[in-house]
Amino acid sequence: MSILEIRNLKKSYLAPDGEISHVVDVPHFALEAGQQIALQGSSGSGKTTLLNLIAGILQADEGEIILAGESLSSLSEAKRDLVRAKHIGYVFQTFNLLQNYTAIENVELGMMFGPGVDSGFARSLLEEVGLKDRLDYRPRQLSVGQQQRVAMARAMANRPNLVLADEPTGNLDRTHARSALALIRQLCRENNAALLLVSHDHDVLGQFERVEQLSSINRAACDSGTEEEVRS
Amino acid sequence: MSALVKMGGVGKLFFIVIRSLRQHALSTLVTVISVALGTGLLMAVFSIQAQSYRAFTGGPIGYDAVLGARGSQLQLVLNTVFHLETSPGNLPWSMYSAIKSDPRVELAIPYAVGDNYHGFRIVGTSDDIFTGYEYQRGHKFQVQPGGRVFNSTAREAVIGSFVAQKTGLKVGSIFNPYHGVYFDEKMKHDDQYTITGVLEPTNTPSDRVIWIPIDGMFRMSGHVLRGSGKTYQAKAGEAIPDESKEVSSVMLKFRSPQVGFTMDQTINKQGKVATLAWPIGKVMADLFDKIGWINKIMAFVAYLVVVVAAASILASIYNSMNERRREFAILRALGARRGTVFSVIVLEAASIAALGSVCGFFVYAAILEAGSLIIRAQTGVVLDIFQFHPVMIAGPVGMTLLGALSGVVPALKAYRTDVATNLTPSS
Repeated sequence: MSILEIRNLKKSYLAPDGEISHVVDVPHFALEAGQQIALQGSSGSGKTTLLNLIAGILQADEGEIILAGESLSSLSEAKRDLVRAKHIGYVFQTFNLLQNYTAIENVELGMMFGPGVDSGFARSLLEEVGLKDRLDYRPRQLSVGQQQRVAMARAMANRPNLVLADEPTGNLDRTHARSALALIRQLCRENNAALLLVSHDHDVLGQFERVEQLSSINRAACDSGTEEEVRS
Repeated sequence: MSALVKMGGVGKLFFIVIRSLRQHALSTLVTVISVALGTGLLMAVFSIQAQSYRAFTGGPIGYDAVLGARGSQLQLVLNTVFHLETSPGNLPWSMYSAIKSDPRVELAIPYAVGDNYHGFRIVGTSDDIFTGYEYQRGHKFQVQPGGRVFNSTAREAVIGSFVAQKTGLKVGSIFNPYHGVYFDEKMKHDDQYTITGVLEPTNTPSDRVIWIPIDGMFRMSGHVLRGSGKTYQAKAGEAIPDESKEVSSVMLKFRSPQVGFTMDQTINKQGKVATLAWPIGKVMADLFDKIGWINKIMAFVAYLVVVVAAASILASIYNSMNERRREFAILRALGARRGTVFSVIVLEAASIAALGSVCGFFVYAAILEAGSLIIRAQTGVVLDIFQFHPVMIAGPVGMTLLGALSGVVPALKAYRTDVATNLTPSS
């Protein structure tokens, strides 16, 4: 059963020079429950936009995203927010932890807009990622690797059906990157969550059984400029 | 965290707001102080106005009217009830005798003024002031333990509690009065008076008065009496003829309210010799009406400070919006709705205003304490910090609502935060 299905998804931006740049054009893509797929994409291939569309952060121009049986396209922004909180865990390259919250508060914050705060589960998640004695540390008091582990625990906080990971090891050295990747894959397996990871790092991609080229899914990835160039 | 979050929606918002306030502790503190000053000033202005008005127009006066020389009713009331201003002139003793024997009059107490001790007014009067006069219904002057009222034929004095506190005079102390209502050390009388009693505090202007027998005032060295039209100087051991005596005023209490109306007709409208200040509250209310513009200016300034405080909330939160765009984007990415982010900012502004309003009570207490000291020293009227005034509810509630309103502009900015653009660090 597909936890995620994308049909004829299109997203474009108006470039500063007035031209329309197509960033995402995905005819079809599906992800089964518990499945783990890595998408290989270079900078500007539309990977962040694709993940933001799946997360409901961005609204598609055309097409359909069906997440856990619900079509995001037909939902209002507020309902998309709720679906995101309930079904999606998001791991960012820059972690996006809130600096004025402790590690456990960051995880609990991830629960706050979903089904509800479960402090015991938040604690056990942080214990599982090896931060048992860092629960009350603020992000700036943690190493980069520890911050990424907090971000992973937060992504799992609502027992999501789908975890989106956007270059999750981009800010880590090779040793930490490998252990972080192993950890996120293990967490997804334990929680029966599908994992969709995008990266351009061959070392990361090499650890996945299924790797797909983003350009083979996203027709716009071949002919657009860099994503950052377009959006700026 | 759990306790707040388990409260539900508002609890979640407070959880986020508290962390934000903590993160911006310095600007929060400065803004809270400015709100506290605004709210405290507003409450103090209205409370002082209301309490002063009540004290001067309907407070514990204990008299219905004042009979004095022909002139200003206001001057007469200020001079006799509040022991301010100078006396408009004197009345012959016969007028006092006549009104005292009037069956419609319950109480007539003569006042003779014109001397002071270090600025505190000395009032010559009869011992009715201690036996018949009630400064408040059911409350007569009480001499503190160890003292007694003066002997009407001796050079003795009873002093108000504020006089005792400020001058250090106590039972057994001897003092020389000074001529005039304002202190001038060159105007010292030779006569010496002994304190026989200190009155219990009444929280009225009487606390600032030194009471001596009226005969003592007649016989004070250097005083002359002109009750008969001719100058008369009292001599020791010799009775003073009634026709020579004169009083500054007669304090009156009527047996029924209609008496005041009748006497107003006969003394003020038909007579030409004396003035009846009646009703005392109305005389003072007229004064407050005349100086009402001062109250309006004070209230305007207080409102202005409140508006500035609200603007400071807006400025402090608005200025933090740029650095907080990523925070809002992260919250949104975690599933927070636009409305949640909007509410967080409005609640944050309202919380700052509410905190400031609570602190405003300390500012209010400080202003009222300082104002109370000044007003008591100048007039004897005592302000009560704990006296309730509706502004004590309306002020903090209004300030909190105004604070919430000032949060709307930055909240709209937070509401419009683009999630995708702001999820990556700007630097």
